[in-house]
Amino acid sequence: MIRSEVIKSLLPVLSGHFVVCNIGLPSQELHMMGDQPTNFYMLGTMGLSSSIGLGVALAQKQKVISIDGDGSVLTNFGTLPTIANNVADNFVLFIVDNGSYGSTGDQPTYAGKKTSLAAVATACGCENVVECQAEDAAKTLQAALDSNKMTIIVCKCESGNIKVPVITMDPVTIRDRFMGELKARNA
Amino acid sequence: MSISKKLVDDMANNEISFVTTVPCKQLGGVIEEVEKHPDIYHIPSNKEDEGMGLCAGAFMGGKRSAIIMQNTALGVTVNTLATLIQYYRMPLPMLISYRGELGEPVACQVEMAVHTKAILAQLNIPTYHFHDAADAEEFDKILKYTFMCNKPVAILTDASFWKGY
Repeated sequence: MIRSEVIKSLLPVLSGHFVVCNIGLPSQELHMMGDQPTNFYMLGTMGLSSSIGLGVALAQKQKVISIDGDGSVLTNFGTLPTIANNVADNFVLFIVDNGSYGSTGDQPTYAGKKTSLAAVATACGCENVVECQAEDAAKTLQAALDSNKMTIIVCKCESGNIKVPVITMDPVTIRDRFMGELKARNA
Repeated sequence: MSISKKLVDDMANNEISFVTTVPCKQLGGVIEEVEKHPDIYHIPSNKEDEGMGLCAGAFMGGKRSAIIMQNTALGVTVNTLATLIQYYRMPLPMLISYRGELGEPVACQVEMAVHTKAILAQLNIPTYHFHDAADAEEFDKILKYTFMCNKPVAILTDASFWKGY
């Protein structure tokens, strides 16, 4: 399975949940296959999906899922100690680990070589770290949501991309509908 | 009241309840007050762009947020300011220690000081420079202005300002 197939398999679990999605192809794939007002698409700023998601989770009570990538986590490695030391049990970080920088042409990442993101997350102090195979992505995410414990999921899959259109929605519209849903749900 | 406490009280009075910090010796007192304040969640970050991501998230989650950082890190935040904070129109007060100004003992700090205002100007970020002790009286208004216009706003605080107290 490649990333787009993993995201497709997650759609029933993501439905109705607040999702912060990584820049580039992951956001474009999620937007094409399962757009919903509770999705926040990152149009820029590689690496910050986990930071934005943690911020949302710490600020209010609804569950938040950050969809991240191995390359983006490598870009913002400092996020893992921050997550570990600021526990938000309404937060799940789902890292699609295809061992490559997918949006830029599948150049290999170190996570596809010697570096284990699950081991790094554990070493940083994250308490619930699960590594799963692509086929188990949906049930692993559902279990993490059901556990009511902050969880880091490292989902191993194959590299490869499908053709997807870019997101043309205005960033303020993306932000406004996300905030509107969140405010209504917390009211 | 210490100037550090005044600045943090101004933040709290403007309903800022989520503050991320990256340490600076000059801002040590402010960071202590942030940590102590009962109405503020203090979340130290490991890098300034990470901190801005946290602030963006907290803002979308319904909390007013702010970042406390050193000017030497401004360069690494340019992309985040342009493509996250400004692109999505989010308010972000940035309380910044302005190292490399008069009284600076470390020569290398000057190398980023000479670029600080130029970078902020290039990004069209409203910028205030606290040099004299009395300049801090504007802080409350600057915070109100930030949340009125939904922009990142920089408050540079130099060594003369901190020595004035």
